[in-house]
Amino acid sequence: MERRALQLAVKKFKVAIAGNPNVGKSTLFNGLTGGRAWVGNWPGVTVEKKVGRIRVDGRYLEIVDLPGIYGLTAYGVDELIARNFIVEENPDVVVNIANAANLERNLYLTVSLIEMGANVVVCLNMVDLATDQGYKVNSEKLSQMLGVPVIPTVAVEGRGIEELKKAVVEAAERREKPAGLVNYGSKVEGEIGRLSEIVEKDLELARKYNSRWVAIKLLEGDSDVEDKIKLSPLSREILDQAAEAREKLKSSLGRDLEGYIVEKRYEFVSQLVEECIGVLVRKPITLTDMVDYVVTHKVFGIPIMLTALYMAFKFAFDVAAPLCDLIDWFFGCLLYDLAATLPGLAGSLLADGIITGVGSILIFVPNLAFIFLFLALLEDVGYMARAAFVVDKIMHKLHLTGKSLLPLILGFGCNLPGIISTRAIEDENDRKTTALACPLISCSARLPVYLVIAGALFSAYVTGVVWSMYILGVIFALIMATLFRKLLFKGPSSGFIMELPPYMRPMLKSIGIKTWERLKRFLFKAGTVIFIGVVAVWLLSITGPGGYLGVEALGEATLLEQSWIGVIGHGLEKIFTPMGWGWQASAALFFGFIAKEIVVGAMAVLFGVSEEGLIGAVSGAFTPLTAYAYMAFVLLYLPCLATLAIIRGELGLKYALFTAVYEFILAYFVAFLIVGIGTLVGLGG
Amino acid sequence: MIVMGLAKEFRLAEAEVGKTYEVVRLEGFGAVRRRIMDMGLVPKTRVKLINVAPLGDPLDLEVKGFNLTIRKSEASTIIVKEVGQ
Ligand SMILES: Nc1nc2c(ncn2[C@@H]2O[C@H](COP(=O)(O)OP(=O)(O)O)[C@@H](O)[C@H]2O)c(=O)[nH]1
Ligand SMILES: [Mg+2]
Repeated sequence: MERRALQLAVKKFKVAIAGNPNVGKSTLFNGLTGGRAWVGNWPGVTVEKKVGRIRVDGRYLEIVDLPGIYGLTAYGVDELIARNFIVEENPDVVVNIANAANLERNLYLTVSLIEMGANVVVCLNMVDLATDQGYKVNSEKLSQMLGVPVIPTVAVEGRGIEELKKAVVEAAERREKPAGLVNYGSKVEGEIGRLSEIVEKDLELARKYNSRWVAIKLLEGDSDVEDKIKLSPLSREILDQAAEAREKLKSSLGRDLEGYIVEKRYEFVSQLVEECIGVLVRKPITLTDMVDYVVTHKVFGIPIMLTALYMAFKFAFDVAAPLCDLIDWFFGCLLYDLAATLPGLAGSLLADGIITGVGSILIFVPNLAFIFLFLALLEDVGYMARAAFVVDKIMHKLHLTGKSLLPLILGFGCNLPGIISTRAIEDENDRKTTALACPLISCSARLPVYLVIAGALFSAYVTGVVWSMYILGVIFALIMATLFRKLLFKGPSSGFIMELPPYMRPMLKSIGIKTWERLKRFLFKAGTVIFIGVVAVWLLSITGPGGYLGVEALGEATLLEQSWIGVIGHGLEKIFTPMGWGWQASAALFFGFIAKEIVVGAMAVLFGVSEEGLIGAVSGAFTPLTAYAYMAFVLLYLPCLATLAIIRGELGLKYALFTAVYEFILAYFVAFLIVGIGTLVGLGG
Repeated sequence: MIVMGLAKEFRLAEAEVGKTYEVVRLEGFGAVRRRIMDMGLVPKTRVKLINVAPLGDPLDLEVKGFNLTIRKSEASTIIVKEVGQ
């Protein structure tokens, strides 16, 4: 009882954060919540959802970060999510972040939000940039004209955050909805009035939605609002009236209504800007234009982009290498040896299962951390948008967008950051396509496999053979991406209509938070799956159809052949008969599922040789043709467990399974073709 | 009646780098058209073609004080006329 009374005493408010992309939503969200947030996806889609809770003056605020949007149409997934959240969940306050340095376009969204009937508090962010650029925004005047509070902030420095919190709580308690803002002219206003009157006759509709907003959306021909109206008993009357009004206005205005309405909204925004912005100085050429001239230059643009990405990569790997070695040593030698001194099963479970498992997760961390760091840096500075701009034409030819390039390039280092970075692609179809094609790019973990096999069988041509694997990976990634986009994730290209944000000084804190968030995602989403996988393989190695084999099986080829792994290896050998791979090579593929580089070590164990003796064993087990097919198979056959886990985390289990299946079929098909065609033209034997 | 030298109308995709234009009307339809409008490319708005990507597409425009990228295929649905500086 007491507890309940307490709960009742504490008021809870739901607060949504809305704004254009790149205006500082995430920064503000972190500033408000102190970085503590629950991160997930919006139901049914792969758009990120962040929720955090704070206490202000004895009230709880639940803060939801909405996707970055430019408008509130029914066309874009992001816009629909934001819009539906505001209409259906009815947050107490919508904090609309507007970029003070780019007010005109930002206020368009503000006006749309207010028109929707949201209880808006405007957070006028980046006032420091505006001042730098020679603007001064009169926030009192703006507040007066909009009829909602306007709080100037500099989110990166935490300036204005306390004032904003106070304004949010005040607005939540007040809960008043401002009236219509934009005057659409007498003809249209007349129809809006008539329509909203009918809408209000349905009390249920009137309670849920702002009737003026519904009327305007119906005049704009908004399909999603029409669907909502269809549920009303008065739907017939409302929709007929709307259709009639649209026809009438179309002929009396002599133009399309949707365009007219948007234009009027922008006219109002222009008025706001004219009255509220004072120009202090005019700067002729901005730094942004100058830098853009170089990085998007006709000749230098693409080389600069490739160099930048390559350096980011190289640096990330070089810096991370000693750390990776350290982790490897710590888990692989120190802890492993310690645990292995424990007798019997317990020692093996600890050493070969748990420690190897945790080690194989943590070994990724330094590389990922540095790659994410660089990504965040390039993103925050504003370069990423330019990189996409520079290559969009090529990617568009393949039915993708310029933004798909980065994930694919990152894939060369490791598929994981590649897939995680697809979050930056707004179009859901493009995002899924890119994420599913990314694992075909040959990551660095596959290199050791190529090196051993090519070294054993193609001694003079190792470099060429290894290169051909990388090229094969790119070709298949692009082919599959094109196929997916055309067959699986159909739908028109959403174009390349986006902002090139001005270059900005990177902020350490914002980069740090971004890096940590992505890393955390990897640790929690992939970590558990990898761990379970490693332990499962361990179990399959020490047991077999005959029962428990003992942990010795992990180091002895003859015993291992009796284990489930041996059984699976022999089973796979049958499937791979056309390619002529022995059971050892086939079973090694199974281990490669954990991480591709393990294939090498597993082969050594399975052939019963040391890693030094492996070259000899391998050259006896393959012909050049079957070896080449094997390498192609390793390139394509299955994403590693961590990659699958991340696909599951980003796109869902369905897509993770789909990736595993399509890649396996593709790999089999390609290996089969290589051996088949090779034999036909006389390369076999 | 005010008689002006009627500026020639043409498509934004045919614009020249460094010149400023005024949007006359938008052709096209659906999501892309609406997105273009929401980004501020509505009739009577001024646009300047700042730059073209190295491979000739997309375009980098200046609209309402910010830089907007748009593909040529989308730009060809936007009818503009030249304005004097
Ligand atoms: N100068 C300045 N930069 C800011 C401010 N708020 C955010 N930023 C920077 O703007 C960029 C985009 O911020 P972010 O929070 O990721 O924007 P979002 O896309 O809306 O989530 C980051 O580089 C931030 O560091 C501000 O008030 N002033
Ligand atoms: Mg963000």
